[in-house]
Amino acid sequence: MKFIVSLILTGLLAFGLGGYLDWWSIAIAAFVVAALIPQRPLLAWLSGFLGLFLLWGGLSFFINEKNGGLFAAKIAGILPLGGNVILLMLVTALVGALVAGFAALSGSYLRKRKA
Amino acid sequence: MRIVPFLISTAVTVGLVFALNQRLTISGSKTPRFGGFLSPQKGFWKNAEPADENFSIELKSPLLQDKVDVYLDERLVPHVFAQNEHDVYFVQGYLHAKFRLWQMEFQTHAAAGRISELIGGKKGNVSVLDRSDRKFRRLGMGWAAEKSLRVAEANPDSKAVLDAYRDGANYYIENLLPENYPVEYKLLDYAPEKWTNLKSILFAKYMAYDLAGFDEDFEMTNAKTFLTQTQLDKIYPYGQDSLDPIIPKGTVYDKPGIALQIPATADSLYFDFKDSVAINQTKPNPANGSNNWAVAGSKTASGKPILCCDPHLGLNLPSIWFELQLHTPQWNVYGVSFPGAPGIEYGINDSIAWGETNAGRDVRDYYAIRFKDDSQKEYWFNGEWKTTEWRIDTIKVRDEPDFIDSIPMTIFGPVMFEKRYADKLKSNKAYAVRWKAHDASNELVMFVKLARAKDYSGYLDAIQSLECPGQNVVFASKSGDIAMWCQGAFPARWKGQGDYVMPGEDSSYLWQGIIPQNENPHMMNPVRGFVSSANQLPADINNYPYYLAGSYDLYRGIIINKKLTAMDSIVPTDMQQMQTDNYNIFAATILPLLLKNVYDSTLKPNELKYVQMLRNWNYRSDPQETAPTVFKLLNAHLEALVWNDDINDRSVLPLPNPHRYTLNEALLKDTAFAFIDDRNTPQKETLKDVVLAALKASAVDLDSIQAAGTELAYAKYKATGVSHLMRLAPFNRTNLGIGGGTHIINAATKDHGPSWRMIVHLTEKTEAFGVYPGGQNGNPGSKFYDNFIDTWAEGKYYQLWIMTDAETKDPRVKWKMSFSKG
Repeated sequence: MKFIVSLILTGLLAFGLGGYLDWWSIAIAAFVVAALIPQRPLLAWLSGFLGLFLLWGGLSFFINEKNGGLFAAKIAGILPLGGNVILLMLVTALVGALVAGFAALSGSYLRKRKA
Repeated sequence: MRIVPFLISTAVTVGLVFALNQRLTISGSKTPRFGGFLSPQKGFWKNAEPADENFSIELKSPLLQDKVDVYLDERLVPHVFAQNEHDVYFVQGYLHAKFRLWQMEFQTHAAAGRISELIGGKKGNVSVLDRSDRKFRRLGMGWAAEKSLRVAEANPDSKAVLDAYRDGANYYIENLLPENYPVEYKLLDYAPEKWTNLKSILFAKYMAYDLAGFDEDFEMTNAKTFLTQTQLDKIYPYGQDSLDPIIPKGTVYDKPGIALQIPATADSLYFDFKDSVAINQTKPNPANGSNNWAVAGSKTASGKPILCCDPHLGLNLPSIWFELQLHTPQWNVYGVSFPGAPGIEYGINDSIAWGETNAGRDVRDYYAIRFKDDSQKEYWFNGEWKTTEWRIDTIKVRDEPDFIDSIPMTIFGPVMFEKRYADKLKSNKAYAVRWKAHDASNELVMFVKLARAKDYSGYLDAIQSLECPGQNVVFASKSGDIAMWCQGAFPARWKGQGDYVMPGEDSSYLWQGIIPQNENPHMMNPVRGFVSSANQLPADINNYPYYLAGSYDLYRGIIINKKLTAMDSIVPTDMQQMQTDNYNIFAATILPLLLKNVYDSTLKPNELKYVQMLRNWNYRSDPQETAPTVFKLLNAHLEALVWNDDINDRSVLPLPNPHRYTLNEALLKDTAFAFIDDRNTPQKETLKDVVLAALKASAVDLDSIQAAGTELAYAKYKATGVSHLMRLAPFNRTNLGIGGGTHIINAATKDHGPSWRMIVHLTEKTEAFGVYPGGQNGNPGSKFYDNFIDTWAEGKYYQLWIMTDAETKDPRVKWKMSFSKG
């Protein structure tokens, strides 16, 4: 349960902060959520990772659908992705996920006392 | 808290964020900052415009005087209804910025010599600093723009328009969040500046460069060192006999208002002076030209005039044109505008229509400057040492220290080429440039006045402000008048003045005056029932009292005049067919003679096959035809075989290519044309020999083209495309499968061609058609980015909707922008 809540909260907070701050605010979101909701480090990492994977992956999927796939195909041709839109969405999701995962890990270590 | 793991994971996080927030250098070019670029809330995803984007919006600005309604139609063409002139130009500035911000800023940065500031001093092996920024600065673009700005801001009319446009653009820019910047800013990682009036003027100077910045003075100077005057006259003739000038032969001109004094030293120090120039400069495309014509009611089915234009420019995305309608209680104009400048350049108002073609006149000369010593502090002029003035330019270079360029300024103009710049052979010579665009001018007033013009006198008054680039401005009115003025401020030259580099040591070689505007060639309501121009000579050189140096086309004008003479009861669809016509008059003029000199017995089977293609050709450069491909190569080889031994092989310095029509015209007059002979061989080559050699060389090319997998079908071979200004392949549109080409009315080459086709039928309710190869939205993530291209490539048109204020509920209105004061 904590895992799901952390995951969703990370995504929501990252989305909210993203309206005001620069892209790296996803790290703040993941860090804060992990620091507030105690989880084992690996689970914290995973909830941060998945939270942003789903947020950035989901947003890019949604945007791409609305756009009819027009623009992502062009950008996937400029970046070395061979025009592959799915790959571009995966890369997008992965970049957000990695940053948030490690930020969440830090958050959990900040919280967790040595047993 | 577990300190060590905390520190490690925090270090990883910070390291990741840091790396993703950097521009990385990958194989010599810089990447965007990947974190921000990939973020769906900040980066390129934000530019992926929803297919059902809602462009409707309500906006308030204290700078507006009244309310303005903008109706966007299904093609995203804005119809702007304002209550006064200020507000209409404010909203034009806003709309240009909203749909075309990156392009308008990038082009004016280029004009100002500021591209290194955005992309660094080098791109691959090419020095952006030298080839672009220093070139434009040393040509005096910024200096000239500052002078023109002072004049434009001193004129209440143009100042008001410039200010309103600037404020509208800045209203958009100031309210633009970084995540909504055009994607090019994100790719190159920089932010837009505020718009200024200087930027609008810089755009005008950029057009002056593009259209009036071509000359071959250095090349001709080099050719003069080894060719005799007789040879020069044959290879680079002045004013071809068969020319069909814009203003027809037989027109009588008054005595010239300016009496010109040929310098006493002209023969010894100029015409016969043999000194070469080691400067190789990049130039605008000499094919920057256009067609325009207007037919009088006597030749149309309706009895009302029809006006047609198609400016030929580089085919780029975002397009150089933005289509819109501007409406105030006093006037109403529809047409295309330049993002970056207020006003409408090719337009239709409730009374008249107008459009331009390039005059192509030579308005740029060079003077050899003699400095006293290496310090360049003094130069010799009129028998004394004059003090050099200096323009010190600081060029910002991204990620590098500033580059400081010192430009010596003389009485002639800036010393563009000297030891500091482009003197590859270290000749230590110095050349000052004198360019008409250096002089302060205020072309904006022309477009402001044309929008308001009601008749011929309004048009005539408006075009008095057109100085540089000189243009052939066609006119037609609902009252039934048609007219053409070859307009601009052109230096009055003595014959040969400025064909070569001129001595820069006294005043005798300076321009002695500007041709009075009323002496510019013009015509109104001619008996033949039409006026036309296609970049040919403006007037018959035997009658017109001034020397008409320049770069002209020959064949488009001839075919246009031939067609218009033959036509009657014209309707707009006839004009559509004519604008997209692929008949190759150039080939039709010369190919029969070449084929007469082909002997089948001398040919191999593959060569004969290509000759058969030419024999069966209907002279139309249509997409599926193979003969135009064969002819293009044959002609190129023929020219090389005839000219190279006489010109290009004789010097490593830049040399002028003879005009494409020179060989044709020479052969038609005399098949024993002396230059056919290869001067490096003992025997005397004849036309038959060079045609055979050209055919054999073409056959080799044609075989290898096919071996490489390209079809000979002309459209496949030519592969016309429209490229994004950053040359990013996925943003381009390539292989459009269209015919046409150089010397053809449909002048579409690989990357250049009809950039706005417009046809206006001046009936009581205007009937108009138009199309440009692009789209209204400059965002490559929008479906409106390139949605006109297929229509354009098919040779089709959109009916232009000149909206009235009674049509606000029309189903063609898709979105509404409401502006109000507040």
